[in-house]
Amino acid sequence: MKKLLIATTASALIAGAASAEDIKLGIVFGFTGPIESLTQPMAQAAEMAMKEVSDSGALLGGATVEGIRGDSTCIDSAAAVAATERLVTSDKVNGIVGGDCSGVTGAMLQNVARPNGIVMISPSATSPALSTAEDDGLFFRTSPSDARQGQVMTEIIMERGINSVAVTYTNSDYGKGLADAFESAFVAAGGTVTINLAHEDGKADYSAEVGALAAAGGELLVVAGYVDQGGDGIMRASIDTGAFDLYHFPDGMISTNLEDNFGNDINGSQGQHPGTDSPGAASVAAMAEANGFDGSSPFAPESYDAAALIMLAMQAAGSSSSADYAAKVMDVANAPGVQIFPGELAKGLKILADGGEIDYVGGSAVELIGPGESAGAYRQIEIKGGKITTMKYR
Amino acid sequence: MDILHALIVLANFIIVPAIAYGSQLALGALGITLVVGVLRFSNFAHGETMAFGTMIVILMTWLFTAIGLSIYPLPTALLALPFGIIGCIAIVLLTDKFVYKFYRKAKSTPVVLVMASLGVTFIMNGLIRFIIGPGDQRFADGARFIIKARDFKTMTGFKEGLAIKVTQSITLVTAIIVVAALFWFLNKTRTGKSMRAYSDNEDLALLSGINPERVVMITWIIVAILATVAGTLYGLDKTFKPFTYFQLLLPMFAAAVVGGLGNPVGAIVGGFIIAFSEISFTYAYKKVFTYLLPADWAPTSLVQLLSTDYKFAVSFSILVLVLLFRPTGLFKGQST
Repeated sequence: MKKLLIATTASALIAGAASAEDIKLGIVFGFTGPIESLTQPMAQAAEMAMKEVSDSGALLGGATVEGIRGDSTCIDSAAAVAATERLVTSDKVNGIVGGDCSGVTGAMLQNVARPNGIVMISPSATSPALSTAEDDGLFFRTSPSDARQGQVMTEIIMERGINSVAVTYTNSDYGKGLADAFESAFVAAGGTVTINLAHEDGKADYSAEVGALAAAGGELLVVAGYVDQGGDGIMRASIDTGAFDLYHFPDGMISTNLEDNFGNDINGSQGQHPGTDSPGAASVAAMAEANGFDGSSPFAPESYDAAALIMLAMQAAGSSSSADYAAKVMDVANAPGVQIFPGELAKGLKILADGGEIDYVGGSAVELIGPGESAGAYRQIEIKGGKITTMKYR
Repeated sequence: MDILHALIVLANFIIVPAIAYGSQLALGALGITLVVGVLRFSNFAHGETMAFGTMIVILMTWLFTAIGLSIYPLPTALLALPFGIIGCIAIVLLTDKFVYKFYRKAKSTPVVLVMASLGVTFIMNGLIRFIIGPGDQRFADGARFIIKARDFKTMTGFKEGLAIKVTQSITLVTAIIVVAALFWFLNKTRTGKSMRAYSDNEDLALLSGINPERVVMITWIIVAILATVAGTLYGLDKTFKPFTYFQLLLPMFAAAVVGGLGNPVGAIVGGFIIAFSEISFTYAYKKVFTYLLPADWAPTSLVQLLSTDYKFAVSFSILVLVLLFRPTGLFKGQST
């Protein structure tokens, strides 16, 4: 083991020194598994950023950047760790764009990135647990933590003058994390959570759960579930028994299925999901179209940004070694400096080379806060006339 | 006024849902109890039989909707029900011919037949998943409510709503019709009487010239009808998912055992006992007590005996208690 570690460190050092001309970045997403339909555009967006930088010839005196894909499977931590290990030890990548799902991302961070000192930027892991995970300053994410979503939800609900709610969540890392984050934010803001009840997905009948929720009472019901799973059953039972008239929907519930299944029964209910009206998202989409893929797919702009941040940080540090550029990620992402949008990476690299400062905005209005995660822009929606309509962005 | 409010809350969350659920369980338990009474074994494949019949009903419902056939405001599934019953009868008679008949001829002990039925369960399980998939299927169309909770509030001026779904009333009406027809058949017709005779004393029945194979066949046909009707009603009221039908086996067996295995009246009573206990043990009574008690006695906790996750534990506990203290059930059935 000791020998292996020495060998790995040594080879990483050699790679770091020799690869000024040819930089490799790992792209670790679940190309197979439950979110495989999302990961193709995500990976293509990251590769698009790398190609943009390579073509510009402005990075570290003309370095080229190559993306190497690994499969995280989204759910199998062992497979994700093995794939990442291979990228780090045999392909000798200088940074990782990934992982995608919160569980595997945590495993990759603890088992590969930290022991090897490799920077990881995830575009889509949202679990609040990752905010407090030990990361030696190596882990960042361009997506907001669900703790942030809990605060946004609290603001939206409080602004409606409602301060007593019931909460039900799907019994998973996502649901539990989001429900707990919301409860603490809401209580801190002076609200009351009458009940915080888990529901299991895939049951035939949710009337018992809804009975308990209705007994606890509250002016509205927060459904932190999945619209194609238990969240749908909870909604149906609640509407059937008239338990609640108003609902609040976090990101897992917002889809066209919500309109199709409930429509006019939930008029006046609100919700939010990550989204931005910044011009960056539109330019990623336009660039993606020119490259033949869908850039408006969820987390594609975030993936572009994750790759871009790694390369900009390398330029700022003047080195492609993780140990050198990890500290620069926050600098290039945040003000002060010249704002950099998608497609302007060459401009950003040039400013950094001349010793200037940049504030990378990118496709998802990147603003890294706290332990290196996106501050998060959310789209607030309301159900009007049975349709999801945008109220505003926050 | 407050007592009325408490009653409306109870009706909305316990009484109406439990009556519908109880009817569905009772129909299922009747099927189980008939197999025990006539064929003398516990049929573990009953949940899958229900799922199989319901699956055919769903497939026919899709076909009817595709060609635009509908009986609005009633769900199309009622139109498809006869086809489901025919399909279910076919599969049940086939399994009897290829599986159970062999063990019956060999005069195997009941436990061998029970294990055989477990095997049938797994095969039907796979067959159903192969045809319709393991996912959720919603096939309830037509009107959803007789009275909506919001409308009830505006209509009566009460603070609490009462909702009655179309599927809940269809469940009750269908269950009453099916049970009445079954009891008429068992008590008044010649075939029904021969079935009861065979159930009471097999040897004596054979001596008096009753054809055992015919009794067995008719029993299976009735069981298939009951299973398909129960499964379709449950699926209409809630949702169809193969796995939840397998899970229904426990409350249905509990209902049959509580009432007394082999006793049709017992199965019906048992169904309602299980349904009401499952729902009332896991209901949170906070609202009811808030209405009934003076304002400063109002409870701050949920007043919930068991978390909703323990729903199945309730029927299991009842099953164990009955087997311990009254193995023959409330209505003197066979002891298991």
